[in-house]
Amino acid sequence: MSLLALPYWQETAIKLGLALVVIPTASLILVYLFLFKMMAFMQSRLGPNDTGPYGSLQLVAEAIKFLQKEDIHPAQADRRVFRMAPVVVLASTFLLYVVLPAGPDAVVQNLDTGVFYAMAVSSLSVLGILMAGWASANKYALLGGLRAAGQLIAYELPLILAVMGVVIQAETLNLQGIVEAQATGEIFGFGAIGNPFILTQFLAFLIFMISAQAELTQTPFDMPVAETELVGGFHVEYTGFRFLLFFMAEFGTAFAFSALAAVMFLGGWWIPGFDVDDNVLNILGPGVMLAKILLIAFFIFWVRFTYPRLREDQLQKFAWKVLIPLALGNIVLTGIFKVVF
Amino acid sequence: MTATSDREQMAYVSAQAADARINVELDTGDMTLNIGPQHPATHGTLRIAARLDGEQVIAAEPIMGYMHRGYEKLCEVRTYPQCTTLINRIDWLGSFANEVPFILAAERLMGVEAPPRAQWIRTILFELSRIANLSLFLGDMGVQVGALTPVFFAFRDRERVLNQIEEVTGGRFHPNFDRIGGLKDDIPKGWVDETRSVMVKMRTFCDEMEDLLVGNEIFQARCRGVGVIPADMALGYGLSGANLRASGIDWDLRRDANPGLAWDQIDWRVWTHPDGDSFARYWVRLQETREATRMVDQLLDGIPSGPIMAKVPRIIKVPAGEAYISTENPLGEMGYYVVSKGDLGPFRVKIRTPSFNNISVVPWVMKGVYVPDVITILGSLYFILGDIDR
Repeated sequence: MSLLALPYWQETAIKLGLALVVIPTASLILVYLFLFKMMAFMQSRLGPNDTGPYGSLQLVAEAIKFLQKEDIHPAQADRRVFRMAPVVVLASTFLLYVVLPAGPDAVVQNLDTGVFYAMAVSSLSVLGILMAGWASANKYALLGGLRAAGQLIAYELPLILAVMGVVIQAETLNLQGIVEAQATGEIFGFGAIGNPFILTQFLAFLIFMISAQAELTQTPFDMPVAETELVGGFHVEYTGFRFLLFFMAEFGTAFAFSALAAVMFLGGWWIPGFDVDDNVLNILGPGVMLAKILLIAFFIFWVRFTYPRLREDQLQKFAWKVLIPLALGNIVLTGIFKVVF
Repeated sequence: MTATSDREQMAYVSAQAADARINVELDTGDMTLNIGPQHPATHGTLRIAARLDGEQVIAAEPIMGYMHRGYEKLCEVRTYPQCTTLINRIDWLGSFANEVPFILAAERLMGVEAPPRAQWIRTILFELSRIANLSLFLGDMGVQVGALTPVFFAFRDRERVLNQIEEVTGGRFHPNFDRIGGLKDDIPKGWVDETRSVMVKMRTFCDEMEDLLVGNEIFQARCRGVGVIPADMALGYGLSGANLRASGIDWDLRRDANPGLAWDQIDWRVWTHPDGDSFARYWVRLQETREATRMVDQLLDGIPSGPIMAKVPRIIKVPAGEAYISTENPLGEMGYYVVSKGDLGPFRVKIRTPSFNNISVVPWVMKGVYVPDVITILGSLYFILGDIDR
């Protein structure tokens, strides 16, 4: 089935190289498209437009700016933990990319428990954020780190519970399996466009997107960062390249979560309504996937630039009193439908 | 026993003691958090020393003076016309409004009255600086609660108002345009129509803010019931301006103690809100900005003809005496108590600035709120650092 029948080491080398290229590129795409251009458009500003074509080289300028800055440690900081924290956060992002499929065979590692794995490694970033908040020896950072811990744990639950609905419907934890279930599925006997789970699992999709917004600490839920209160929260003491790592992780994770949503609710690399050969899909898949990811990311950033921020206690109440009961209800409903039909 | 094992013994004992204490009662100590002097939410160098229990504020105290520029003292070594350069910079967002009460006080001491045309144009510029000032608040409040977009709209539309001020006075922020006995210049040709179209745009801006923030559930959740100042407390702490009106007290110096500007000749109303919370303060300012645009429209219709300068001597000497004039500035009551000994400059100037009094309510209102609410309350009390420290 594989398009390229390569020895194991060559395949691994290609995948590793791709992964190293894809993650920075992914966050750069999001930063450029949404943080620079869309944000400027929404706020009736120009955005970067002088550096390179349509200001696209601004990213390079920003990266160079970060690289040439001094690497400062606060005097009281726990140096080793302080240095390790951004790496831990970024590692969690890197690990997420392992299971994201971009085509029938275009995946770094096709794990049978892909969904489980993705949820597990995505929560690793809490550890890094808590480390950063604690090791900075800064009260704002500490408050930010603690808020992040509380928030990310609270929103991990509805996120996983929302995904459960999809898993029940697809009958698999494998992300490729979920894509195929959507491609071959039918909605009550109507199968012309397959069964993108956004149609049958719309509630789960909403819960997933809201929780993802909180997991990514984007605006209605950006308490841990909260520029106007905690002045950046857990990364307030970071400069230069270490800050860039946090920044890349933030947008890299946004990309990865958009990809997860695209796989689970929009059908991933599969083109709805077209029966295309697998080999062609291996080529087209990444493009289809990217389009779907950008669509989802657009919604994430649209909300980010529109809404004010919730307070920490309101945020917790929303997770425990609204999202989790809704997600549990969704699981029950999905189960009933699965048994009856 | 060696010293090392001694220390180990001590560590063991203290660890045991700590464990025992935790079993009895989890002792979470207070934390002192310095919000400021370098903090984005204090837009300047205000410092709030807050004692926190977790994220709850036990006590908060505003510490000011980081930007004290000694304007009261500096005024004593300047002539009257030179003083306006300084007092422009007290509330730097609505700078023309700062000049007016000082000039009016000097005029009262000299027994000079500006001609009607000058008074009308003064009133127009006064209201324009109110719009410029409050429109920035309307956007900035969004930033305080985490919405980034409104403030950019505010900057965009405030620029239109600043352009109109600049066209008359030559200065965007520091016009230095008011003179004893009138104004420096007349308004330029075509300015009236331009200002009218700007006022239409500002009303659109107010509608946008209404859609983006006032109607937003999250904004309401963050602001309603946060930082409630009851009417008696507001009076007791000497609050003025929109902060007082948001506590339900119908008090406006433009109507109650008009020192001779054109406010009594147009049709307008004072907005109040009964709640006294952060949302009420935002709402009152939003309505006031709208009202100000309507006031400017009316004022533009009725500018009388005539000179813009009364007859005043070339070298201004103010006769001995004392005068206190206060006006309803964008931030609240701003007053100048001018004491003259008959010299070229004032003997003593006491500046009563609204923000100084408005911020005094902070220790009372911030007891028991959460850290995010500190920022909401600070934002909704709306102070300008230059207005506190002057």
